[in-house]
Parts: sequence; structure tokens; C-alpha cells
Amino acid sequence: MPSLWTNCAGIQSPNPFWLASAPPANSGAQVQRAFDAGWGGAVWKTLGQPIQNVSSRFAGHTIGGVRGAGFNNIELITDRPLEVNFREIYETKLKYPKHAVVVSLMVETEEEWKDIIKRSIDAGADGLELNFGCPHGMCERGMGSAVGQEPKVNEKITSWAKQYSTVPVLVKLTPNVGDINPHGLAAKRGGADGVSLINTIKSIIGLDIDRFVMEPRVAGLSTNGGYCGAAVKPIALHMVAQLAQNPNFGLPISGIGGVTNWRDAVEFILLGSSSVQVCTEVMLKGYRIVEDMIEGLEGYMKSHGFETIDQMVGKAIPNYTHWGDLDLNYEIVAKINEKSCIGCQACLVACMDGAHQCIHPQEGTRVPRVDESECVGCNLCKIVCPVPDCITMAEVDNGYAPASWNEYLYQGKAIRPKKGAH
Amino acid sequence: MAPISKPAPTSHAAARALPIDRSESIFSDYKPAFTAHQATVEALRCLYCSDAPCMNACPTHIDVAQFIRKIATGNLHGSARTIFDANILGTSCARVCPVETLCAGACVYNQLGHPAIQIGRLQRFATDWALQSGEQFFQAGETTGKKVALIGAGPASLACAHELRRLGHSPTIFEKRQELGGLNTFGVAPHKMKADVSLQEVDWILGIGGIEVRTGVEVGKDVTFEQLERDFDAVFLGMGLGPDTPMPVPGEDLPGVVGAVAWIEDIKLKKVDLGAVRSVLVIGGGNTALDCVREALTLDIPDVRMVYRGTAAGMPGYQHEWKAAVLAGARAEWQAVPVAFEGQGRVQKAVCAKLDGKKQPTGEKVTLDADLVLLAIGQSKLGALVASLPGIVVDKGVVQAGADGATGRKGWYAGGDCRNGGKEVVNAAAEGKAAARGIDQYFRSK
Repeated sequence: MPSLWTNCAGIQSPNPFWLASAPPANSGAQVQRAFDAGWGGAVWKTLGQPIQNVSSRFAGHTIGGVRGAGFNNIELITDRPLEVNFREIYETKLKYPKHAVVVSLMVETEEEWKDIIKRSIDAGADGLELNFGCPHGMCERGMGSAVGQEPKVNEKITSWAKQYSTVPVLVKLTPNVGDINPHGLAAKRGGADGVSLINTIKSIIGLDIDRFVMEPRVAGLSTNGGYCGAAVKPIALHMVAQLAQNPNFGLPISGIGGVTNWRDAVEFILLGSSSVQVCTEVMLKGYRIVEDMIEGLEGYMKSHGFETIDQMVGKAIPNYTHWGDLDLNYEIVAKINEKSCIGCQACLVACMDGAHQCIHPQEGTRVPRVDESECVGCNLCKIVCPVPDCITMAEVDNGYAPASWNEYLYQGKAIRPKKGAH
Repeated sequence: MAPISKPAPTSHAAARALPIDRSESIFSDYKPAFTAHQATVEALRCLYCSDAPCMNACPTHIDVAQFIRKIATGNLHGSARTIFDANILGTSCARVCPVETLCAGACVYNQLGHPAIQIGRLQRFATDWALQSGEQFFQAGETTGKKVALIGAGPASLACAHELRRLGHSPTIFEKRQELGGLNTFGVAPHKMKADVSLQEVDWILGIGGIEVRTGVEVGKDVTFEQLERDFDAVFLGMGLGPDTPMPVPGEDLPGVVGAVAWIEDIKLKKVDLGAVRSVLVIGGGNTALDCVREALTLDIPDVRMVYRGTAAGMPGYQHEWKAAVLAGARAEWQAVPVAFEGQGRVQKAVCAKLDGKKQPTGEKVTLDADLVLLAIGQSKLGALVASLPGIVVDKGVVQAGADGATGRKGWYAGGDCRNGGKEVVNAAAEGKAAARGIDQYFRSK
């Protein structure tokens, strides 16, 4: 049986599934219910000077009839008294000594950081997460993403936190930057034990087109919020992988952003995360989704021969390269299985209108024909085909040895003639 | 996604004039209306096929994939416009079409072994929204001054008249009854569509304006064909079918032996007292017979049986309808035909001859209880009404016409049941529209 035991930057938990710092980790009662459901850890909803929130706060992006495929919020950090939060953290750690309780923090001055870190550790925190990521409200007050976007400020505050903390410190990074690398490196220079990313993406999720105002609406006005949920996963995976493959970085990563199930979690781990954090899917479906996440991850580890999470972390990173290193001579073409084709011709219209005009109708049948001499192997037909495995992409032996653009440019290797470029 | 705006209710005086307690009012829709969320989810399943088989299977060639996509995006106005542009009777067709054998039967999901898209219910979702809004999607064309007489106010004439108006011509519909809509109003099984929906649809179709309607006028009696020819530039024959075909056997005149179409009309327009009826025999194996079977069961008659000359596999009625009837409790006496109805003062029994595989008598007889006998063995053809007009060819009571609806008599067109012998509403709609185009061409070529 594989072990899900997790060690992310020195913070240990029974499995890699942590609640992200957000409404599902707002109180002791919630976090304890989450632990009962199977969550391995929780990053407590950010503590700081308690704020006053607005109503409404959330808005969902419906894609293809799926509600909440994307999600955004304009809620701020905790609105509950600090002493109540600390008492509940203490009680939770007493009841769940093996689970990870990480406390997310966001304050302004060095004195405030010193004070809140001490109180967090006194309450039993296993680790701290510095919220340098929140892209709405708090950043206007000089905190959150306002810190995360300035490497010098990031480094400075991280160093304060490390100075006053006796437990591991994670820096939560904002994706609202052009390149994540300088921000991860700033956290490292500040002494961080690890980073967590991504926080939410600055966003306007949509409009009420009858009232001419964005969602979520507060009376007649709205503001930009933080985008999250399943839709942001591709952006999060990229940023996680960027840091994981950076040879100058090398810190542990807690992956966040659009994790809805065990497959997503596996992807984050393979790209370098040693724990994963989940918020939106819990907000939409509740804590019990973790049962499937644990089973799914265990099943995957078994079927792939992994015994520990560590063996998986970053496993896909060596295969993440630059476009210029891809093999230009690798050739695939689409094959349509005539027996399973149902004749919807979705591939035909997609290829004709959206790709390279190499799928054609045939007389006497609705099964289309691929002109393999023109097919560029783009995958579009396979993507739109509603029948599983009806369209496959078959490798073609064109006689050319592998050659990338860089090898063509700098070593003069031969590349095959272009297809579909006339 | 919610409808883009909430339609305002419109008044439909004719529909409101129907008795509230008429027998059909207890029937529930066997394909009920979708909620907005159901419609969106179902619409999103559509594969949006290229050159879609569903569209090609529809006699009116509604661009099904396009109207479904518009439902998915909340563009109900556009969705309804797509439907009505092809078929102005899209509202009734959404309910009464045998989609299982037409559009949904052609859905590529069937090839995959998945349930076909519920095209009828999606079409109902869009067209119901449109009818409630009362909005008109099409304007009358520039007036040409050409007058067209249309005989009968059923689906064929309504489709023809509406298309003629879009082309700028001036139609006048002659209807011998007071109510409009033809079989849509009088003859559709109530679990598919009730009379008030048909009357609302008629009101809405006439809403394009400029379609004159003369009710209580029977052509051939109150107005002659010669008068029509004199006063109009073209004539459209859309008079449908005649009364139920009688069954000339002993006892056919007994009270309780009635024609199926006449009985359905009673159910739809009146409250019919069926208190004493315990057993019903429906004679015939077509779709009217199947409708009667399901109606009698819904009206709580305990013993409902179909009597058909052939076997279940050979019946002309739709198999999916028969399966539904069996689930509702129907039984059948296959390979049998009544040879006499018996009873004191009213029908009590039917004596039936058993038939062999070639529908020939085996000599065996079976006697079945029957408080009510519904004859669903066809309707008379009305072609004879016009058979005497030179140029018009009538074959077995059916008016002969080309694809554009033209008969052999110049300026005379035909469509619907009187021309096809009795098909679906959607066929009448397609033929009526095609005839309007044919008439338009005829005017242009003159």
C-alpha cells in the first residue's frame, strides 16, 4: 500500500490534501469537520487585523452548463476576532495532533508580524503561510498582492517572518505578475522554507448585462476580484512548473489553483508540488470530495508503482522543455475508425473551418475521410470527436531523424518538408 | 441560462372560450415542458452536427442544431425564429411530431447507443416562450394584390397562408366550422396537445396580419368553386380528410359504436360522460387507434383493447406508441376483425372473426365485451369534392399534386391530408409552405 504521508517544507500531514486559506478554513469547527472527512491539512483563513466584508462576495462562471467552472470573490481576510481564531487553532491541534494546521497571515508592520507570528505559534501552528497574494481589497491597503508583486518587499517581510518564526514559513505567491521566477527567488532570499502558489488571479468574472455592472454586485457597483476554480488550473500548473524547473529555486512547493479531483492533484505533484491546496471545489461540493481524492491518488500510485509522494514530486519536470527543443520531424496523422464513427461530422467542420482542410466528406457515407498527405497532426478533430477512441493520432515513419528547431538552426540537422502550408 | 427576458402573456380569446372541464383537461403531457435548466443541459448535449441528419429528417428542414445551440446560449428569440422560419407550426409540431421516427430517430447519438437529443421538448421550450411573448417574427411582404382562397383552416392552409403573407399575397381561409386549426384543434391526442394550445397557435400565426378568415362557410355549398375561381387568383386545397370510415356489419348503428375521430373531438371540446363504460374496443391498428387506446386508459376505463387484423409487428401505428400504450395497461386482440356488434339498446359485445397471416378468416370466432366501440379504420377522402373540376386528378380520393403543390388545374394547389392521404402535421406544414412558394412562382410567371 503506498504511503500518502506528506512533508512539504517540513510541514507534515497524513496526506497531501490541504484546505487552502479561504472560507472552508475559516473556523475551528469547519477545519475539524474537514479533518474528520479526511483532509490532511488546512491553511487557516488569513489572520490579520479583522476586516469588515461586503455582500455579495462571490460570483461563478458557468461554462457549458457547469456552474462554478470558474469562480471569483471579493471577500477579504478573517473578520473574526484574533483571539477566537487562536483559541480554535489551539483546540484543533489538541484534537488533531497529526494533521497540519498552517496559519495564513497578513499584517503590515514588523511589530505586527512579530506579534501575530508569536501568537500563531503559541496556538500550535505547524507552519505559517505569508499571504502575499490576495489581489483585491487588501492590496489597496499595501498588503497581499501589493507585497507579492514587489520582490524587495517580499524578501524583506519574509525575512522578518523567518526571524520570528520557529516553524516552517511558506510564502504564498500571486500569479498577477509577468514572470513568477523573480518572486519565488525573492522568497528564497528572504529565507522562506517553501512557497505556495497560485493565489487568485485578478479578474472580472462577468457582467450583469441588464444592470451594466460586474459580478459580484454590491448595490450598484462592483470591483475586480480573485479568479479561481477549475478554469485556472492551466495557469497554476505553468507557474508551479516554472519554479520547479528553475535550478536556482529548489524550494518545496505547495500547489494551488483549480484542483477539483485526484487527477488534478497528481498533475500538480508531477510538476513539483509536495502538497496541494483546495478551496473552490470544497466551496462548491463540500469536504467529502477528499474521500475520492485519497482513493484516486492511492490507486494512481499503486498502478504506477509509486510508494511515496516524494517519488512522484516533479516526475514530469524533465519532460518540460522549450518549444525550440521539440522534434520537428515527429509526425502524426489522424485516423478515423469507420466502425465506431457515428457520422456527426464534427471533425470535418472543425478541420475545414478551424484547422487545415484535410478532412473531407465521402459519397454514400457520413464517415469522413482524412487526407493524410495534408493532415498536420494538430489534434483538433480528436478533441471535438464525441466518440471515445474513434479518432486516434498515428505516428508516421517519414524517414527523418529527430531534429529540433535549435538543432536545425545551430547544428544544421535536416527537417522534413512542411505539410498543409500551401 | 435563464430566458433572456420574461414574455408578457397574451390573450387568446378562442382558447379561453373552451370549457374548462372538458374531458381532455385531465390529461397530462406525456412529454412535459422542460424547465430552463433542463433545456440548457439537454441543449448542451447536442453535438451540433455538420449537415445534421436531424435537419434532413425533418419534412420542413428545421435547422435543429442551430436552434438547439441558441437555447444553450439563452437566445430563445433566435431559437424560435430559426424554427418558425422553417415551420410556422413549430409549436404544435414540437408536441405532436413522431420525433422518434423523424429528427430524433436520425440523431447520431443513436449510433452511439446513447439517448437521442430530445428535440421535440427543446423545440417546445423555444416555441412556448415565443408564443407566450406574443412576438411576431415575420412581417408581411410588400402587397402584391394577389388573392388566394384556401379551403380548410388546418395546418396545411395555415402554413400556406402565412407563407403567402410573407410573400405579400392576400390569403382568405374558408372554414366550415367555427373553430380554426383543423385536426390540431379537434383530433390530436390530448396527451400530446390540448385544443387550447392549438387555438393559441392559430391566433399567433394569424398575428402576422392580413389573413382573412371566413368561418362557418362550406366551400361547395355556401360558396361554389366557380365563385372561388372568379374571385381569387389562386386556390389552395387544404380540406384534410372527411368523417370516420364506417364499418358495415350488423349492429353498426347501435348506440356506443362511434367513429374514433368524432369521439376524440368530443373528448377535446366537451365533457363526455363515460361513467357507465367499463370496456372499450378500439378497432384498427393505426395511430388514431393507438391514440384512442391511450385516451381511454387515461379516462380510467379499466378494460381497453385494440382489435387489429394483423399482428403487433405488422400494425401501421408507431411501435413506440404501442409500447407506451402497453405500459399504460392496453391489451390487444391481434388478427381479428369485428363481424357483428350486439347488445340490448346499446352495444355490449363485438363478435370478431379470427384471421390468419394473410388476414383471411380462419373460421374461428371470438366474442369480446364492449360498452364502447371506437372505429379507427380510417377517414373518408375528400378528393371527390373537387374531382369534377377539369384538370384536377383524384386517385382513391387523394388529390394529385406535384412537389410545388400544383394540381393539373391552373392556379389550383393542394397540400396536407387531402393531398397525401393522411400524414403528420409536419407534412401538412411542409406541403402548405411549398404550395405557397409554388403559387408565388405561378404569379410571377404570369
